[in-house]
Amino acid sequence: MDRPLRLISRDSIVESPIDSLARTVEALLVVASQPLTIEQLADATEDEAERVETALGLLSERYREGRSGIVLERAAGGYAFRAAREAADACGRLFERPVERGLSQAALETLAIVAYTGPVSRPEIARIRGVAADSTVASLVERGLIAEAGREAGPGGAVRYRATPLFERVFGLDSLAELPRLDDLGADAEELRERLLEVAGARAS
Amino acid sequence: MASAVRDLELDLDAFEGPFDLLLTLVLKEQLEPAEIDVAAIVVAFVEHLTATERIDLDACGEFLVLVAALLEIKARQLFPDESAELSELEPEEAAAELARRLAEYRRMKEAAGWLRERLAEERDRYFRLGPAPLAPRAERRLAPQDPAALAAALAGLAEPPPKVSLSHMALRFPPVAQFLERFRAVLRRRRVFDFDGEVAGLSRVEQAVAFLALLELRKSGEVALAQAAPFAPIRVTRPENERIPQWTVRSA
Repeated sequence: MDRPLRLISRDSIVESPIDSLARTVEALLVVASQPLTIEQLADATEDEAERVETALGLLSERYREGRSGIVLERAAGGYAFRAAREAADACGRLFERPVERGLSQAALETLAIVAYTGPVSRPEIARIRGVAADSTVASLVERGLIAEAGREAGPGGAVRYRATPLFERVFGLDSLAELPRLDDLGADAEELRERLLEVAGARAS
Repeated sequence: MASAVRDLELDLDAFEGPFDLLLTLVLKEQLEPAEIDVAAIVVAFVEHLTATERIDLDACGEFLVLVAALLEIKARQLFPDESAELSELEPEEAAAELARRLAEYRRMKEAAGWLRERLAEERDRYFRLGPAPLAPRAERRLAPQDPAALAAALAGLAEPPPKVSLSHMALRFPPVAQFLERFRAVLRRRRVFDFDGEVAGLSRVEQAVAFLALLELRKSGEVALAQAAPFAPIRVTRPENERIPQWTVRSA
C-alpha cells in the first residue's frame, strides 16, 4: 500500500518555510466556499504574493487529477478545490447541481449576451433576442449566474447585469476573457444584408 | 363554419354590426382603430363560443388571426412615433439595420451553443457551493484611558438634574376625595341624581376623576348605578334602589 498522502513529510529533517506557507494556504482553501485570489491568500497568511504563488504551485502538484481525489484548480480569477473528475459519478449520486440544471435555450442565449456584452440591461437583451427577457433574467439571477451591476446612465435608467464569478466557475473559466472570440460581426452582417436585399428585390419584381 | 367569426354580431360603443364589417371599415380607415374596444370583441366571441355546444377550432383560429391583426393596427396607431422612426429609414438602411441585428443575434446564438457544449464538458467537475465567507469582525482597540477622566464623566452624570418647572402645565388632578364628599352630600339631599348632569361644566380631567370617585362609591356599596344603554346617562341612586337581578329558588 502507498503511504498516506501527506503534503509535508514528517520525516524530513529540515522544513522549508514555503512548506509551512503551503499548509496554511491549503487550510484556507479547504475552508473557503468560493475561489480565493492570490491577494486574499497573501492577506490572510500575511505573506508575499509571489511566495503564495509558489506555495500554490506546490499544492497544484499535489492536488491534481489522477493523484488526489481533491483537485486544485484556477477558477473565476482565484484558486479553489474541487472533486476529481473520476469521482463525478459518485458525486452525482449524492449532490444536486442547482445552478446549471435545466438551463433552457433562452436562458443560455441570455447568459451569452450578458457574458459577452455585459453590463447589459434587460431592454438591450430583449432587443438582441427579439423577445422579452424578464423571466429568463430573473431565473439567471436566482441561480446566481448573473447579478445586477449598476444602472444605465440617466434618470430611471434600466438595471444592468453582468456575469458572476459563479458563472465563470460553473463554466470552468478563469475569467470572461477566456470566452472564445465570436466570428467577426461585420462580415456576417454584410452577408445577411445582401441576402435580405435579394429577397426584397425578388418580391418587388 | 369560419363565417361564424365574420358574422359575429358586435355591440360596441364605437361600432355595431358584424365583425367583418368592422374590419373592413378599419382597413378603409373609416373607423378609428383607437376607438375600438378589442377586449369587448374578445368577450363577445367567448360568449358566442359558450353559447354553441361544440368548439369550432377553425373559427377560433380565424378569430385569433383577425383579432391579432386588429390589435396590431391599433397598437401601431397608438404609438405613431415609433412607426415614423422606422419609416424614416431608407429600405437600404432598414435592411442594413435588420442584418446587423440578425447577425448580432446569430452570434449570441453561437455563443449560447458554445456555453451548452462547455457545460456538457464540465459536467464532471463538482465543487463546493456556498455563500461568500464572512470576514472576521474587525477588533476595536481603545486607546489607553485615564481613570480620572472616566470619574469626571461619571460625576457629571451623578449630579441631580435641575428641577424642571411644570407650572406652565394646566393639567391638574383634583383629589378623588373631593368628589366622594360631593356625591355623598348630593345623595343625602336627593334619592337619585344624574351623573352627567352633576359633572356638566367640569373639565375632562375633573370629569374623569369624578367618575373614579363614582366607581369608588359603587365599590364600597354607598351608591347604586344604572345605565339604560352604553353611553346613556348614568343614574346614581342610594344603594337600596339598585335593582340587582337575584336568583331565587322560585325563579330557577
